[in-house]
Amino acid sequence: MAATKTRPRLAVFKLASCDGCQLTLLDCEDELLTLAGEVDISHFLEASSAVEPGPYDLSLVEGSITTAEDAERIRTIRAASRHLVTIGACATAGGIQALRNFADVDEFRRTVYAHPEYISTLATSTPVSAHVDVDFELRGCPIDRRQLIEVITAFLAGRRPDVPNHSVCFECKRRGTVCVTVAHGTPCLGPVTHAGCGALCPAYHRGCFGCFGPSGSVNLPALIPLLRRDGLDEDDVERFLHTFNTAAFDEELGK
Amino acid sequence: MTHRGSRVLHVGSLSRVEGEGALRLKVHDGTVTDARLEIYEPPRFFEAFLRGRSYTEPPDITARVCGICPVAYQMSACAAIEDACGVTADPVIRDLRRLLYCGEWIESQVLHIYLLHAPDFLGRASAIELARTHRAEVERGLRLKKAGNSLMELIGGRAVHPVNVRLGGFHRVPTRAELRPLAEQLKQALDDAWETVRWVAGFDFPDGHVEADLLALAAPDTYAIEGGTPTVLRADGTTASFPVRDFTEHVAETHVEHSTALHSRLDGRLHLTGSLARFAIGGARLSPVALEAAVEAGLGDPREGAVCRNPFRSILVRAVESVYAVAEALRIIDAYEPPAQPYTDVPPVAGVGHGATEAPRGLLYHRYELDAGGLVTSALLVPPTAQNQGAIEDDLRRLTQRAIGERDPDDAELTALCERAIRNHDPCISCSTHFLDLTVVRTSSDTSHDISGGCDA
Repeated sequence: MAATKTRPRLAVFKLASCDGCQLTLLDCEDELLTLAGEVDISHFLEASSAVEPGPYDLSLVEGSITTAEDAERIRTIRAASRHLVTIGACATAGGIQALRNFADVDEFRRTVYAHPEYISTLATSTPVSAHVDVDFELRGCPIDRRQLIEVITAFLAGRRPDVPNHSVCFECKRRGTVCVTVAHGTPCLGPVTHAGCGALCPAYHRGCFGCFGPSGSVNLPALIPLLRRDGLDEDDVERFLHTFNTAAFDEELGK
Repeated sequence: MTHRGSRVLHVGSLSRVEGEGALRLKVHDGTVTDARLEIYEPPRFFEAFLRGRSYTEPPDITARVCGICPVAYQMSACAAIEDACGVTADPVIRDLRRLLYCGEWIESQVLHIYLLHAPDFLGRASAIELARTHRAEVERGLRLKKAGNSLMELIGGRAVHPVNVRLGGFHRVPTRAELRPLAEQLKQALDDAWETVRWVAGFDFPDGHVEADLLALAAPDTYAIEGGTPTVLRADGTTASFPVRDFTEHVAETHVEHSTALHSRLDGRLHLTGSLARFAIGGARLSPVALEAAVEAGLGDPREGAVCRNPFRSILVRAVESVYAVAEALRIIDAYEPPAQPYTDVPPVAGVGHGATEAPRGLLYHRYELDAGGLVTSALLVPPTAQNQGAIEDDLRRLTQRAIGERDPDDAELTALCERAIRNHDPCISCSTHFLDLTVVRTSSDTSHDISGGCDA
């Protein structure tokens, strides 16, 4: 009987984020109960009030590091986890809250809060990998449900996840979507963006806006003139690249 | 009277809520002196970095405030910016937006009913544990939730942070043929939603009574979702309403003495938004099928003045709203004819715009100021949980005080009661963070080793 076998222990943690990536696990409606039969969900605050201490076989971490407490907490999580996988743009690239990295965080604090002195925050929002070793990074804002299942399955089976790092362009071709840039002159980050969403935006007649961050091998500077040709001015280009993976695209620009 | 004296209870990490928060309760000589819902999620500064962005960006950017109700953020952002630019979306676009919003209502309300709230009524730690004894019910909940997600995936592109919403409408609108299989799925979902009403109606409900004013949008001939007039039902039974543009004249943050928390007040009084408020304000305009569900749930007929002020029973209202949202989605699909254009052009105009819509957990207000070039110069987002925090704490205080007076519960029982009381209101802490200040009280020397987050006393 499976009941006598020790099941792998799964944990889910949240740092600075919107909850959407861990919600993606609860959005696996067809797989959730099966998964719960295969693993012991030991720590998942959003889903269960039964919280067990580590060590955990697989920890999924959502969110970026923006406070001194979370910088300390992620080290404790790492120490309690055999495998640590970061999920989503916040955890893998700092998220949209990394826009503070290019601004004055004290000014941000004064703008949003009546009593800025109560707010403790770091000047930067950084990915988990800037603080601890990470076994795998699953991209996306939000992550893709099928890729999440693949990653969990792979770690349970002791193999590397099959998550290709090619660009969204590949997915458009595979899907048979007409190129929005070639056909309509729509600015699109597809050529430089990591695949994984299934090339959603072009299928909805919209240019890719980079939710999954830079792909494996990109030449971002070469795309800029195309974006300018298709009607974006310098500020538009700047904003286009500075959203959910702002720090990661910025790094690519500097290469 | 062993427990009655003085004690401080602290739950470092609340579970089965969206986002992460903590709870502190102080009891002195048998009297609850402080009940606090603490928000320790790190601030992300949306209102600061929205400045200088193009006026076309807030629908995509503010979606990231909340993974559970991104559509609410997109819809309030579109409403506010279109208001600033003096554009009114076409009726077909309004219907499609409502259809997308119905998907989010179904997904979010069913998530709360089955995965977060029901385990409390059945003495389980989670829906997964619940599935061991109530497999068919949990499967029904997941199927119903999936129907909401399917709707968002078709209209919005994906369930979390949909990609298809833009100012003036959508990037692409669906064909009638694409909606056909979805309608079939929703017909099954309507049966599941009805079964959900019957299931939760059989739960045992503790007594409870929210004293706060109830605030929700009201629309002339429908149950308000994607727009309406802010309307308040006061504790004394009187009603009042005000235009969306006057929102911040009525709803304001105040600094409570002896507390570091900023609380939201409506004309100086505590108020509550969300399912209970919507049912009280707009219940009479529910569709016939939803009215029937309300009566079957035991809520009574809102056309005859039925109002529910017991937060434990909010699960009934969420179930009725799920029936409503499924039936409403079917109605919109049935009448749908694709518009000639997927969106109306929205040229930028310098000025201020206001927008309010009904997120699953309550009224969500956005305000933007734009310059003539279409850049955002200031932004304000007021999420429902930030508004509800004061009423939730008031509710906590009353429930715990009564429990202490009646049966002198031990710490574990009192803690469980507090967690339930908070879950009753479906708080979304990820959303509210930016609006509230942090009231972290580090009372333990080993805080840094508490990897659940927050602070353990």
